Amino acid sequence: MSRRLIELPRPRGPLTEQLFEALQGPLDSRLEAPGPVDAVDPIADDDLQLALYVAYELHYTAIDGVDEAWEWSPALVSFRGALERPFAEGVAALVAPATAGELASVPQALQAIVAEDPGPPLSRFLETQGTEDQMHEHVVHRSAYQLKEGDPHSWAIPRLGPGPKSALLEVQFDEYGGGKPERMHSVLFAKTMAGLGLDDAYGVYIEHWPAITLASVNLVTGFGLHRSRRGALVGHLAAFEMTSSIPNRRYGNALRRLGYGPEVTHFYDEHVEADAVHENIAAWDLAGGLAAAEPEVAADILFGARALLQVEALWATHLMDSWERGDSSLRAPLVPVAA
Amino acid sequence: MSSNQSPDPATITPYPDGPYLVRGDFTVLDQDGNELPVERRTIALCRCGKSQIRPFCDGTHKLIGFRAPGAVNPCPGA
Repeated sequence: MSRRLIELPRPRGPLTEQLFEALQGPLDSRLEAPGPVDAVDPIADDDLQLALYVAYELHYTAIDGVDEAWEWSPALVSFRGALERPFAEGVAALVAPATAGELASVPQALQAIVAEDPGPPLSRFLETQGTEDQMHEHVVHRSAYQLKEGDPHSWAIPRLGPGPKSALLEVQFDEYGGGKPERMHSVLFAKTMAGLGLDDAYGVYIEHWPAITLASVNLVTGFGLHRSRRGALVGHLAAFEMTSSIPNRRYGNALRRLGYGPEVTHFYDEHVEADAVHENIAAWDLAGGLAAAEPEVAADILFGARALLQVEALWATHLMDSWERGDSSLRAPLVPVAA
Repeated sequence: MSSNQSPDPATITPYPDGPYLVRGDFTVLDQDGNELPVERRTIALCRCGKSQIRPFCDGTHKLIGFRAPGAVNPCPGA
């Protein structure tokens, strides 16, 4: 857990072939933005989601053999835009528009939205009957986000006025361990991974993540990198916190049932208590505060919340359906690392 | 922020349909008077009575439909 460095994964189609070849060459070497990317289902498109994920990773991490200056290469940003557009359209097609009643009280609308979570009962399934292999898969999927937990939402900090900014920092201070690196949530997640015999290095499971897992991270990174989507970014965080305490208690229970101790369940136990605090600040002080200060982004706050829940529902459905068929939910089988 | 400022008086805020959030300088005791370890600056105390980690909130109020007014109203006129 020292410095972030990932390897370029194998391409999954023409977009990733073109992008990865360019990234391995000199800066601003030939990278033509593709024409309109015509994906039947952009959220489930492995090639599109992996290309977007790697383009976004330039903002989070070093990539082995890739010049760091690619991050702001105009060619890269243009290429990325061609991937973002169909993805944004695919997400928008899943999200119901906000009503006037909802916009009158954004925090209460968020409460109602999360109460109607569209996803299957993944946490209850894992709590009561999840196997060791299924818990490992769940953690490997989640590592795409949890090893950088908090980071995309931090991009909202400079874009908010004093009230919502202060509320966001109150949440983020806790996410980042309250001044103690060993309590940082991403560090606690790495300890859970290590305790399960998994590799806790950042990005090491990228070959294993299917499109929907990459899409769940691309969603929040996209909100985070575009100031115009600060409402959606705040709504995403609020809904994330508001749907966290109860599932995390169940994941902790699943690991206890499988015989794991507090060093492995700490991440989940911490989230039960932490997110019971955060969800209130996020809904009322952050999202409510932003909606009051900038009413023009209120609808996008609710969009971000609904987009999170819809994409998470697709992800949870993918896991449950794969397991019901007796398949792995990952693209490649897991090989345990030696202790 | 300076560490040698005078103590920050505790504030207890009821959140709508949710817990009490406690901020500032405070100590939490159990029923035997022992100090409970508190690892974060802001804590949430159970207000619905059903949390499994009382006195702290664990989000259970959402499962039981707990309703109570709160002191937070960031939406003027709402």
